[in-house]
Amino acid sequence: MSTAFDHPEYNYKVVRQFAIMTVVWGIVGMAVGVLIAAQLAWPALNFDTPWLSFGRLRPLHTNAVIFAFGGSALFATSYYIVQRTCRTRLFSDTLASFTFWGWNAVIVAAAITLPMGLTSTKEYAELEWPIDILVTLVWVSYVVNFLGTLAIRKESHIYVANWFFAAFMIMIAILYVGNNLAVPVSLTKSYSIWAGTIDAMIQWWWGHNAVGFFLTAGFLGIMYYFVPKQAGRPVYSYRLSIVHFWALISIYVWAGAHHLHYSALPDWAQTSGMVMSLILLAPSWGGMINGMMTLSGAWHKLRNDPILRFLVVSLSFYGMSTFEGPMMSIKTVNALSHNTDWTIGHVHSGALGWVAMVSIGALYHLIPIMFGRKAGDMHSIKLINVHFWLSTIGTVLYIAAMWVNGIMQGLMWRAVNADGTLTYSFVESVEASHGGYVVRVLGGALFLTGMLIMAYNVFMTVRAAKKEAGNAVAAQA
Amino acid sequence: MDINDVRGLGSVFALIAFLGILWWAYGSSRKKRFDNDAQIPFLENEEMPAHDDKDRSK
Repeated sequence: MSTAFDHPEYNYKVVRQFAIMTVVWGIVGMAVGVLIAAQLAWPALNFDTPWLSFGRLRPLHTNAVIFAFGGSALFATSYYIVQRTCRTRLFSDTLASFTFWGWNAVIVAAAITLPMGLTSTKEYAELEWPIDILVTLVWVSYVVNFLGTLAIRKESHIYVANWFFAAFMIMIAILYVGNNLAVPVSLTKSYSIWAGTIDAMIQWWWGHNAVGFFLTAGFLGIMYYFVPKQAGRPVYSYRLSIVHFWALISIYVWAGAHHLHYSALPDWAQTSGMVMSLILLAPSWGGMINGMMTLSGAWHKLRNDPILRFLVVSLSFYGMSTFEGPMMSIKTVNALSHNTDWTIGHVHSGALGWVAMVSIGALYHLIPIMFGRKAGDMHSIKLINVHFWLSTIGTVLYIAAMWVNGIMQGLMWRAVNADGTLTYSFVESVEASHGGYVVRVLGGALFLTGMLIMAYNVFMTVRAAKKEAGNAVAAQA
Repeated sequence: MDINDVRGLGSVFALIAFLGILWWAYGSSRKKRFDNDAQIPFLENEEMPAHDDKDRSK
């Protein structure tokens, strides 16, 4: 990558690297997602090859979209925001560079080991212990670099986006290490130090906070910077942002037990997980309302700014899925939804609708700046608009298909005849789900197509920017 | 005093902390500073010196 675009004060190199890799890993992770969605609709697509089987590719998909795509988006935006809002260069360029190469080494290692079937079998924490150690080293470097930058800031106040980033990275460090503590028996095999129900609780303490801190607090950090910037006005209520920050981070850590309803987990722990999940609605909506209301009086901007549309629609999906989540945590609702496709739909309304769309909006704002252009000055604004509609329609198709499938599965599994026997066998519910699975492939494919259009748009933007930079140098000579 | 009293006190402390944060965030004497803090994203240098808009026409 050209050095012509280096900023005199800030480290833009690492931001640029992570921003480009966000697009690349987004395409890879989502393509694997479309493939495994297609395997559920047409099982022959595993080609009877172990490396291509659903059980091995599914963790590859989740790791790729959460940690490779989402992680790269978080690295890029947090490094960018912390420098701009502290008005200082990153604490250490060496650590920044180490996080980039280290993180990508982790991703490559995951892409090799997971299809080989090497896994610790913990959801969203499948990587084996040598990779976990590398993750920890990279993550500690990230935390040191970020907090170090806050320490040398030239702006006296720490802007709210940085609070969210700091909370996200500190909590992820604690949770990731806590959940992955294991006894290695060989280079590729280890056993968790936790056992039985405690193992399950620790797993979902991590699992739900991967959602709460990685996929929520971190992306709220993105939202608190890029929504005001793109809308050209300060956040609706800075005071609300303070209250909802503290409420969100204090409550999220208690909600994980709702993943273990009707399990061996003690009843009181299930109920407290449910209560905490219900309380969580308030701080979640605090963030959603704060982002949305930033546009009050400027709604007309949505009409011709597809980047702003990405950001605002991501907030609508955030509001929707943070309403759905507490509702699904209610034990009587969970009795219907648990283990059905409804859960998968819920995750994707957050993952595609909120996480991916807010990242895409931020990247369209950010990438032109990384290549010496004005914010949002992409090669084609029209193509951003096409991407926006592909993403929105793709997400809606996906989650609608999973709602229908999930509720149908839940109802079929609980249906009993007059004599108390089950009305349907399990395989009948699988057969009935086929239509929904096909619609899901379609929705996912639309979303992926949008990402490919984004890659083209980014490529053309970079190419044009490089040409301009070359001209500028020639003009000076 | 048994463990349940400690649990009850935990809830009381959490409530006090929450009310404290509310008071701090919404206290009228701090309104001006928070309004200023919300402007931080707009204080930075917008432009990169590498080249400007004029070059794009070439």
